[in-house]
Amino acid sequence: MGWSPAMAGKQWPFPGDITEADMKYLCLIYSDEKRMNTMDPDELQALGDECEVYCQQLMDSGVCLAVQALESVSTATTVRIRNGKMTLTDGPFAETKEQLGGFYLIEASDLNEALRIASGIPPARIGSVEVRPLLDS
Amino acid sequence: MNSNDRSRRTAEVRSAVEAIYRRESRRVLATLIRLLGDFELAEEGLHDAFAAALEQWGRDGIPSNPRAWLVSAGRFKAIDNIRKRSRFQASLSELVRQLEEQAGECEQWEYDDDIADDRLRLIFTCCHPALSADARVALTLREVCGLTTEEIARAYLVKTSAMAQRIVRAKSKIRDAGIPYEVPAAQELPARLDAVLQVVYLLFNEGYSASSGASVLRRDLSAEAIRLGELLVQLLPEPEAMGLLALMLLHDSRRAARATEDGEIILLEDQDRSLWNREQIALGVELIQRSLATRQVGPYTLQAAIVAIHAEAPSAEETDWSEIVGLYDVLMRVAPSPVVELNRAVAVAMRDGPEHGLVMVDAIQQRGELADYHLLYAARADLCRRMGDVSGAVHAYRQALDRALQEPERRFLQRRLSELEG
Repeated sequence: MGWSPAMAGKQWPFPGDITEADMKYLCLIYSDEKRMNTMDPDELQALGDECEVYCQQLMDSGVCLAVQALESVSTATTVRIRNGKMTLTDGPFAETKEQLGGFYLIEASDLNEALRIASGIPPARIGSVEVRPLLDS
Repeated sequence: MNSNDRSRRTAEVRSAVEAIYRRESRRVLATLIRLLGDFELAEEGLHDAFAAALEQWGRDGIPSNPRAWLVSAGRFKAIDNIRKRSRFQASLSELVRQLEEQAGECEQWEYDDDIADDRLRLIFTCCHPALSADARVALTLREVCGLTTEEIARAYLVKTSAMAQRIVRAKSKIRDAGIPYEVPAAQELPARLDAVLQVVYLLFNEGYSASSGASVLRRDLSAEAIRLGELLVQLLPEPEAMGLLALMLLHDSRRAARATEDGEIILLEDQDRSLWNREQIALGVELIQRSLATRQVGPYTLQAAIVAIHAEAPSAEETDWSEIVGLYDVLMRVAPSPVVELNRAVAVAMRDGPEHGLVMVDAIQQRGELADYHLLYAARADLCRRMGDVSGAVHAYRQALDRALQEPERRFLQRRLSELEG
């Protein structure tokens, strides 16, 4: 039986006529930093401007709860506690071709709407945007 | 009523309920999923509703609108089921309240249009691109076609437990990621319909390319795919939905002619055309005409049009290869791919002679494309054979054999090879 208590708080996919409570999604933006660093400065600037416009648009329409770009992955430090002992490692938790560079926290009625919003995030054209629902949203 | 009458009555009701189950259960399920918002809850409600029907219809007679009765019963059974659980879990009471409130509202599901929409919603949800391709196929077979998990597992040669896992995981993603139960909006429809058609065609090919012997179940997949195609055309008469149905019908029309009794492949040119199913061909051709009339030509319709030219040729010699090459030209513009290019090369060889086709096949090979595709080598071998280049043909047949996986195809290639070497 696939019934789970977690469902009780969730709205899927209760059609609009029951409730309209939105779900929250985190859009994680990944791109190849090396490639970004070698991009034409004007092009990079244009991309940045575009992001700003899109953020503002989302903020104004109330679907966006938070937006943040991150410093380069070269500034990352990874923390692990094993057997009560902390170890620190320079760099991200895993070496990947594309690195996490920022996120949008959005509200949407369902995955389709979340994907529509995510597809408008400018870096989606260069890197990848991973859309993850928040637990218990 | 004596006991004989009663048992006859029970048997009558049972067979009526069974017939209604076959005809209506998928529609009732689709509507229950919308009303209840959960696949498992809806399935449970569906089974409870049919169990209740057996009992109550025996006593009170079959209602005038069995579908509406079943939807209503399924919904209340489901609410009952949640209420029982809510005794142990307070957070469920709110859900029960919402569902009851909604159930008291005007019962729109009685209109056939809504129910048709529910089936379409279900198809689009099961074929959502956010699900893996495997999951889409499995979920569609389970929820839309009503196959059991065991049947799907057998058709795909995996363990039932693994298939059950796949289906459960897909349903969880639908619920937890918030994949909606809706027909996509106009601007998203083409891309989303594409994903649906892909699932249907995958299903068809899975059944169509199945070898003989223990593959009866897999052939059923083709029949399911055609039924799904018909449903789609009926619910959403988009040109490419018609094109795909036409393509499947036209391929299927050759079913009786394409293999010997012991499962050996019979090539198109050697098939007994009197065995082709004329009814399916006529249906396919009509669908192609309807699709072409919309002036939105897509790859399924074009492929169907190519198959239709074969279907309508009185003999292999009388095939209109110029027309076929022309259609491949359009297909290359609409949906270019190396496979289309290969097929076009073969058609050119038939129109202009094997040496013209060979140049094109070699060009594909030199680009390093389709290096693992056995039909590239089989096509090359056939062209060499027709040009009298025995050693070239032998070499290419061997390359094809190294890559072919299906037993009947392997035996066919082996036969050709032996003929040349013998």
